[in-house]
Amino acid sequence: MTRTPAERVLLGVGIVFAVLGSLFPFVWFVLTSLKSPLAVEAIPPTWWPDGNLGFYRSALAEHQLLAYVGNSVIVAGSTTVLSLALAIPAGYALARIPMAGKSWILGGLLTISMFPQIVIAGPIWQLLNRLGGLNTHWGLTLPYVALTLPLAIWILATFFKDLPLELEEAARVDGCTVWQTLYRVMIPLATPGIFTAAILTFIYAWNEFFFALLILTDPAKQTLPVGLALFQGEFTMPWGELAAASVLATLPLIVLVLVFQRGIISGLSAGAVKG
Amino acid sequence: MRRINSEQSYGWLITCPALLVVAAFALYPALESFVLSLHRIYLGLPALGSPFVGIENYMLLLQDPVARQAFGVTFGFVALSTLLELVLGLAIALVIHERFPGRGWVRAAVLIPWAIPTVVASQMWRFIFNDQYGLANLLVFGEHVSHYLPWLAYPEWAFLAIVLADVWKTSSFAGLLLLAGLQVIPEELYDAARIDGASTWQRFRTITLPLLKPALLTALLFRTIDAFRVFDLVFVMTQGGPGDATQVIQFYGYKTLFAEGQVGYGTAISMAVFVTILVLSFLYIRTIGSTLLTRVHS
Repeated sequence: MTRTPAERVLLGVGIVFAVLGSLFPFVWFVLTSLKSPLAVEAIPPTWWPDGNLGFYRSALAEHQLLAYVGNSVIVAGSTTVLSLALAIPAGYALARIPMAGKSWILGGLLTISMFPQIVIAGPIWQLLNRLGGLNTHWGLTLPYVALTLPLAIWILATFFKDLPLELEEAARVDGCTVWQTLYRVMIPLATPGIFTAAILTFIYAWNEFFFALLILTDPAKQTLPVGLALFQGEFTMPWGELAAASVLATLPLIVLVLVFQRGIISGLSAGAVKG
Repeated sequence: MRRINSEQSYGWLITCPALLVVAAFALYPALESFVLSLHRIYLGLPALGSPFVGIENYMLLLQDPVARQAFGVTFGFVALSTLLELVLGLAIALVIHERFPGRGWVRAAVLIPWAIPTVVASQMWRFIFNDQYGLANLLVFGEHVSHYLPWLAYPEWAFLAIVLADVWKTSSFAGLLLLAGLQVIPEELYDAARIDGASTWQRFRTITLPLLKPALLTALLFRTIDAFRVFDLVFVMTQGGPGDATQVIQFYGYKTLFAEGQVGYGTAISMAVFVTILVLSFLYIRTIGSTLLTRVHS
């Protein structure tokens, strides 16, 4: 594929703008996190940090950042495990087993994934209040599982659908039950799809704010987004500490994106048009 | 025939646990919200009980100027941010669809705003628009400190700041949906057009845009529905202010329901949001979803 000089210029400009536009605002926040308290409050602002890790230290020591991280790991981790454990069999059945009315189920799941949070928030709060699930991690995990299942099922159903039928048929001829076929043959083949669904579920649960805000009012239980949204200093807004905490909260996600870029892109477009 | 039947029940059996969780924590709450919206309930005044009032809350909603303002702000936000996200998303998709050295890194860089927690992005933009230490003032006014503006204190700027933050955060998602559309356009079409002497712009106008229409529609509806649910950005950056300038409908519903404890009226607001989104998602399923459903189904 050869490009005309004009196309080469256009592509170059596009690449520069895409990369700069995506990274520049966040890089500014990273630079802020590396400044000293005096440099953060300089007017006009300075560009370069004076290479100070103090904000990271105080974010960890005084703003209980590690507790938020721990809570987020617990909630996002258990959401991912539970959601996938339920979505894998469901996605397999909906893709491969002839079942009456399954297009209604898939359409219904798509609709549910578009529910605005406020519509289900009140009754969920009441339900958890009755069950004793407010201010607990399982109380937040359950709605997260319900809200991530539609996308996970869609990704997995699309993935199972594309696997070759022959292997499955061979397993069935050899006398495997549906369950054995799923666990011995299909799941190993579907590992990339499962990975993609897991990453997207994890990122959703790691980033979710609305339900976390309602369900976790006890600061000791709060996840990172709630901690960062309600971040406050004693007298002034501690921008430096906030920037440092934000950078730390985002690091795991940046690592995930760098490592699994390909899977994320194919997973996100699973809901889009293909042919 | 027997085998098919037992297979079908097995299929339902292993689908059931997932459907039960979704029913308990998404479907049932939505129905419950509808029931609540037909009652008059004030959490602060339990003595009043919760009498059934029919559509009273919905009548109130029609006359509530704050709700009308919130719907207006939301529609404005949805229209402006979705439009910008589609244009920028298309540019991003065209760039990362090309083959060039280091494309993997560019794709990863573009994904980063999407991966960053919305709360983090919101705090970041709130700091960028800070009246004293913000990057926006530095870029616009440089050393002229006396010109520095408290952006988020002006209704118009605060609104635009939220739009900008949303566009930054989600253009790449629109871009990925459009990338999926670009990938299914056969390369031969472009080769043939080149042989016929079509210019870059002509190829874009006559091949890319028409064939990208389904993907553009998908991205448009996905983004519209998602933009309707905007909450985190407003909660962190402006709390709906100044005045009610950035009070989007989901934030107003949140305040009515949880801060003021007006359960009946709050759920009526939420149902109004719900119906708006439902209309949009039916549009989505009818125009695009059906091709997808048949693909998974057949």
